[in-house]
Amino acid sequence: MPVGFLLFFFAWPVVAILLRGIGEGGLAETLFDVRTWRIVGFTLGQAAAATAVAVLAGLPLAYLLSRLDVPGRGLIRVLVTVPFVLPTVVVGIAFRALLGDGSLVAIVLANAFFNVAVVVRTVGGLWAHLDRRAEDAARALGASRLRAFLSVTLPALRPALGSAAAVVFLFCSTSFGVVLVLGGARFRTLETEIYLRTVQLLDLPGAAALSLIQLAAVVAALAAGAAARRRRETALRLRPADTLLHPPRGGDWLVVGAALSVLIGLLVPVVTLVIRSLSTSTGFGLAGYRALAGEPADGVLAVSALDAAVNSLRAATDATMLAMVFGVLASVVLARTRRRGLAQLLDGLLMLPLGVSAVTVGFGYLITLGALPDGLRSSPALVPFVQALVITPLVIRMLLPVLRAVDERLRQAAASLGASPWRVWREVDLPMAARSLIASAAFGFVVALGEFGATSFLVRAETMTLPVAVARLISRPGELNTMTAYAACTLLILVTAAVVALVERIRLTGGANALGEF
Amino acid sequence: MCAVASCSLVGGGPDRGPDDPTSRRVVLVTHDSFAYDEAVVAEFEESSGIELDVRQSGDAGELTNTLVLSRDNPIGDVVFGVDSTFASRAIREGVFEPYRSPAAADGADRYRIEGADDETADALSAVDVGDVCLNIDVDWFADPANGGIAPPTGFDDLVDPDYRDLTVVPDPATSSPGLAFQLATIEHYGDDGWADYWAGLRDNGVKVTGGWTEAYTQDFSGSSGAGPRPIVVSYASSPAAEIGEDGEPRTTALLDTCYRQVEYAGVLAGAAEPDGAREVIDFLLSEPFQSQVAENMYVYPVREDVALPESWEAAAPLPEDSAALPADEVDANREDWVEQWRTIVLG
Repeated sequence: MPVGFLLFFFAWPVVAILLRGIGEGGLAETLFDVRTWRIVGFTLGQAAAATAVAVLAGLPLAYLLSRLDVPGRGLIRVLVTVPFVLPTVVVGIAFRALLGDGSLVAIVLANAFFNVAVVVRTVGGLWAHLDRRAEDAARALGASRLRAFLSVTLPALRPALGSAAAVVFLFCSTSFGVVLVLGGARFRTLETEIYLRTVQLLDLPGAAALSLIQLAAVVAALAAGAAARRRRETALRLRPADTLLHPPRGGDWLVVGAALSVLIGLLVPVVTLVIRSLSTSTGFGLAGYRALAGEPADGVLAVSALDAAVNSLRAATDATMLAMVFGVLASVVLARTRRRGLAQLLDGLLMLPLGVSAVTVGFGYLITLGALPDGLRSSPALVPFVQALVITPLVIRMLLPVLRAVDERLRQAAASLGASPWRVWREVDLPMAARSLIASAAFGFVVALGEFGATSFLVRAETMTLPVAVARLISRPGELNTMTAYAACTLLILVTAAVVALVERIRLTGGANALGEF
Repeated sequence: MCAVASCSLVGGGPDRGPDDPTSRRVVLVTHDSFAYDEAVVAEFEESSGIELDVRQSGDAGELTNTLVLSRDNPIGDVVFGVDSTFASRAIREGVFEPYRSPAAADGADRYRIEGADDETADALSAVDVGDVCLNIDVDWFADPANGGIAPPTGFDDLVDPDYRDLTVVPDPATSSPGLAFQLATIEHYGDDGWADYWAGLRDNGVKVTGGWTEAYTQDFSGSSGAGPRPIVVSYASSPAAEIGEDGEPRTTALLDTCYRQVEYAGVLAGAAEPDGAREVIDFLLSEPFQSQVAENMYVYPVREDVALPESWEAAAPLPEDSAALPADEVDANREDWVEQWRTIVLG
């Protein structure tokens, strides 16, 4: 079923638009152009740098949240997730204000800013369950803290790190709004170039050539990530998370310090946005917030920003449910498939939507879905489907490391005691994966809330989502429109924070029992 | 959460309205900037029996290319928002069903596309015009602390060393007003001179941003962003949005630097409701719709008998002699011009 979904909503439109470009000829011209390869180099380089920054910044936070018993963990977890949903154009503007424009550093930091949450969530999910006795043993045998981390903990975390890095790399190499706002025409990535050629120039052969290169790069990155995971994705000793928490001591305080610095770094752009939502030319004011609830500002939007927030919640809920069904099914199949090659192929296929340009998918819909009866192409249900396409790979990346880490002997033992496959899943896999399951649903939901690229292609005036509303408001002159855009952004932050906080609560109250002892 | 979800997938969003067999649903495809007065549209729906279904997607360029790609299976009945930069491409691709509205004689005809035949000229009807012009921050130039430089009056001033580091423009490759401004300089200085002019701008410290939003809301000193630069590429209508509490506009447009963009509407070839589509065009050209485009979309109506809002008369009058290049010339040269611009300005 996940594969069918993928073929219908992803492969068909993408292949159709690529074939159309290839059919027009002139593909080779772009492929052999020196400038094309300069763009490829820049795309991969900035993505690699941003991935490295995101991983380094994410690790201390992941440790803090999964191991240390410090007050305010729930709040920190909520705050860390907020950047991920902010509209790229607004974050681009915030970074421009903070760091100046046209700089490579700003692009790298902005891309990393968005993705720290991926690292914290993915790595933290596994870290929280790692049995720390191996690490303790190493310490008892005289290994330094760093040595124990490097030789015991880090290898155990590698599957999750590989997953996180692969996802972050894909997000960064296809990031669009950030590069456009911060780089202008000076810094161009494959994604912005595909957008320009498709949307502005209708140069389909050129766009197809670039899409093929992007696809090849994505496949290569996925293969490299899979290779890195393969060696290490073996059964680990997983423990219920709560037994592992301890108050910070000794060197832990260094990690706490690092984590808090990262957190402050993440909050600065967010606070900048909130301040701008309150700034008028004559001091602070609430005009932007009043415009949120009232009449659509100046007729810019067909619905009020509050309605847009409700639309966002609806679409994101539908998308999350779809993605959970597909993601869990796919993860179970992938975790159980014994033929490594097949599992990797499927795994790779399911990740591809993260690496293909939203413009390519969106324009692909135009020429494929029109062939279907009665305008599915413009159905409001399409938005959640497309958002699900973006989230499903994330769900898989968060679940699979945990499911693969479940000791197969436990399943065999259960089966030999007469448990049905469903019972095995319920008694063995589910308790282990419950935490990651909830975490991935929450994360997926939040990603869907903030999704802009594909949504902006499909959304209708009356079903407008919040990120799309922000983008429309900010592209208008006038102080009130600008303030309303930032106020809508603040609303998006609040909605996100509320959702994440709610899930955290569910997890804290229900989680302990669900995890149980085993 | 689940309660919200189920109604969104199953119920299919907002109500479709009653299934009145006499009611016709006409799909209007348009760009993100389309904005209108609810009451005016409701009145039209009431009197015509047409239910207007508005679908917005992207900017003028994206809209045009969307239409070209979906030509064999059109995504709507009528389009609004194809502009003069992109019009000839869409006409060439056979996207439209020619229609000449009776209301076109009231002003829209002034902006008719010059074509080889009537079919080309009637493919699209002009609905509004927008002018891209340099805008300046009046207060900045009036402030003695800034060196008492006189406000610039035209293109030439911007390469004068007095105005060094004062200008910000959006990139023509990624921004439609950015492209319009480049076209304005091409029209003004001609094929031989425009490149030199831009080399001069570059040497005089012009700043280039990816889009209009960054240039206007962040670098321009006259907007809410209160940036450092007092000269920006924006619209002739922008000053109407920057009226201070004293009722005086804080910015003004340099009316000798304007480039005119006309926005058109057309019936899509293969439309399911061609008659309804034609009625929608008549509506877009009607007095009630035209009289609210200024406040809703920051553009000027094409009808001659429609007055501008009072604040516009003072702050943002329609420029009298804007430049414009023929649509087919723009279409033929755009890519080369932008590429040349990149080489000159970004190196």
